[in-house]
Amino acid sequence: MRHLPLILKNCWRNRRRTILTVLSMGVSICLLGVLLAIYHALFAVQPTEWGALRLVTRNRVSLTLPLPQGYREKIEQVPGVKVVGIEQWFGGKYIDDRPEHMFARFAAEPDKLFLYRGELTIPEDQKRAFQQDRSACIASRSLADKLGWKLGDRITLIGDIFPGNFEFTLKGIFDDPTHFEALYFSREDLEQSMSPRRRGNAGTFDILVDSKEDVPQVEKAVDDMFHNAPVQTKTESESAFFLSFVSFLGNIKLFLMSICAAVTFTILLVSANTIAMSVRERVREVGVLKALGYTRNIILGLILGEATVIATCGGVVGLLLASGLAGAVRNMPGVNFFPQFKNLTIVPPVAALCLLLAACIGLASSFIPALGASRISIVDALRSTE
Amino acid sequence: MAIPVAYNFRNLLVRKTTTVMTALGIALTVSVLLAILALVNGLNSSLHSTGNPLHVLVLRKGSTTELVSNFTRANFQVLKDKPGIARDSSGQPLASLELVTILNLANASNPDGQNITLRGVTPAGIELRENLKIAQGRWFEPGKREVTVGDSIAKDYPQARLGSKLRLGSWDWDVVGVMSAGQSATNSEIFADLNQLSADQNRSAVLSSALVRTTDPVAADALIKNIEADQQLNMTAMSEKTYYDNQTSSGAPVEFLGIFCSIIMAVGSAFAAMNTMYAAVARRTAEIGTLRVLGFSRGSVLLSFFIEAVLLSLIGGLLGCILVLPLNGITTSIGNFATFSQTAFNFKVTPAIMAQGVIFAIVLGAFGGLFPSFNASRKEIVAALREA
Repeated sequence: MRHLPLILKNCWRNRRRTILTVLSMGVSICLLGVLLAIYHALFAVQPTEWGALRLVTRNRVSLTLPLPQGYREKIEQVPGVKVVGIEQWFGGKYIDDRPEHMFARFAAEPDKLFLYRGELTIPEDQKRAFQQDRSACIASRSLADKLGWKLGDRITLIGDIFPGNFEFTLKGIFDDPTHFEALYFSREDLEQSMSPRRRGNAGTFDILVDSKEDVPQVEKAVDDMFHNAPVQTKTESESAFFLSFVSFLGNIKLFLMSICAAVTFTILLVSANTIAMSVRERVREVGVLKALGYTRNIILGLILGEATVIATCGGVVGLLLASGLAGAVRNMPGVNFFPQFKNLTIVPPVAALCLLLAACIGLASSFIPALGASRISIVDALRSTE
Repeated sequence: MAIPVAYNFRNLLVRKTTTVMTALGIALTVSVLLAILALVNGLNSSLHSTGNPLHVLVLRKGSTTELVSNFTRANFQVLKDKPGIARDSSGQPLASLELVTILNLANASNPDGQNITLRGVTPAGIELRENLKIAQGRWFEPGKREVTVGDSIAKDYPQARLGSKLRLGSWDWDVVGVMSAGQSATNSEIFADLNQLSADQNRSAVLSSALVRTTDPVAADALIKNIEADQQLNMTAMSEKTYYDNQTSSGAPVEFLGIFCSIIMAVGSAFAAMNTMYAAVARRTAEIGTLRVLGFSRGSVLLSFFIEAVLLSLIGGLLGCILVLPLNGITTSIGNFATFSQTAFNFKVTPAIMAQGVIFAIVLGAFGGLFPSFNASRKEIVAALREA
């Protein structure tokens, strides 16, 4: 430890090189941090208190096919089930196809929605207005703020899955801790727009269970119940349901992992290259240090330490950049449909992993040059003309 | 007078460890970019080769995809009598009423299953798709619960192999054949008899879409206009080619993410290249002095170091191309939001893509080399010679 000042001095000797190395590593670690944060958000994040209690039942064949509405009564009988709501993905278009006009739109049941989505908060009078008026709709605060909606605004959606123009009055704005941009309107209104033959279907059943322990058993009980019915169901936890959209895009896990590997290897190369360069320039100096009585191990430690300090600095810079970049990702228009990304941050485990990785890369990349320098004989070192 | 490029080559050779490391860093950056471009290229060329410009796809007004469209049999009769539709040898209009739906198939890498497009067609639908051939087995027989699957489906999903059974709702359907359609998106679909399928799904009267062959491109345009203007039909029409070309946007999220990553990596690599070039300049201070004494101008020194940086990145770019070559031809699939199912395609590493990668590397190297070269050219002769 008493050699720390020397290590720091050495780091700062070739300032330009150190800065360039730190920047190069920083940029790469920033990318690594964001990718790991995305990975974490997708595959490792714990569901929220309410989210953990929710299950989604959809048509086994595909989400795009409906389920008979009558399944609800049967699902309600399953022990552990508290509330069963129906939600229908509406699709459609708001004004035009511009990305800021893309948000999730659902037909739901006004009297049930707030029972199973307990994390949503809305003033009591707005809730009542939504429940009493079939042509009312409600929007999440993040959506209303983004599009500048006020209570009483007229909102027209142009249907594609469900043909026709749907006009609603914004009767409420609810707060959603996940900042998901969503609009809900009455399912009754949607049903009335359809020919009688198409009515009576449900897109998904959203099930709220009594406790977390009920989740696996309800999941199985519901699917078993309809196993021999003409329309079979697939029930899964809400987080698994969300994840199925991401895996739909392609093999995201493999994609993220291969880019992370390429980035890590690039950092390793950059770091090794810099350290090798600086060691090569300092062979004579190592000879002097040795002549002064510095042992092999101290020399080894000095060089390893220098690389680790530089790499860790790169890691810190990278994390700072990464938190900025994560903010940019959060606000990208396309992420509206992926609630997992709405709260993308560099969480502590990701940050720790990045710093650890940076330090390890520093150590690993400097090991061979450091070993070489520590082993060189004094005479050879002093004679070096580099 | 310019300093010979051979001088730069030898310099890169002398410092081979540094050269290789920097070039490899650039190569990895380039290969990430190329992998993404190859993926998007493969997807696009598959979609582009699916649509036939003579084919017109008719959907319910307001719907942009076959999946959400509705088409009644009554409307189909009206459509068949429209002008401009080509006729087969027996004088029947070449028009195909189709039902498009989705089924879910699981395999080892997707235990939860992936969505696959299931298309109910009549013999006319098969006749229309001229590039569609039977690779194994035979076509499904009308009136039976039989399917013919696209070859990439047969390859990827054990349940969809020839001779197996597929469960659709309450019934088992036999896989009786494997069809192949070159590179087109039809390879990721499953075909079944329209009437049997629609009866099983309770959709006998309301199907999804219609595909018709027109006699020539002019007739195709006229037919599209005719359908759009027909208030009673209330349908929308587009050329099949346009329909599939529009779906290329499904590669956009992956393309965006990939380009985003490679640009960030490129910034990192440019800093690394800068480092290497600064070191090269520092080590060769005396050499620069000598070159100047020999009469080479500041400009030639600048150019020479700049060329060296570009050469370095060129090596990196070429290395990146080599790294990404093994990907060529590998089959992958990506979700298509238009069909809400998977489209399978091959990675396509083409010379055009590789050229883009090499250019990307050179731009990156040029940025990295500019300041160090400038630095080299600014050295004073006397100071440079004395430093050694």
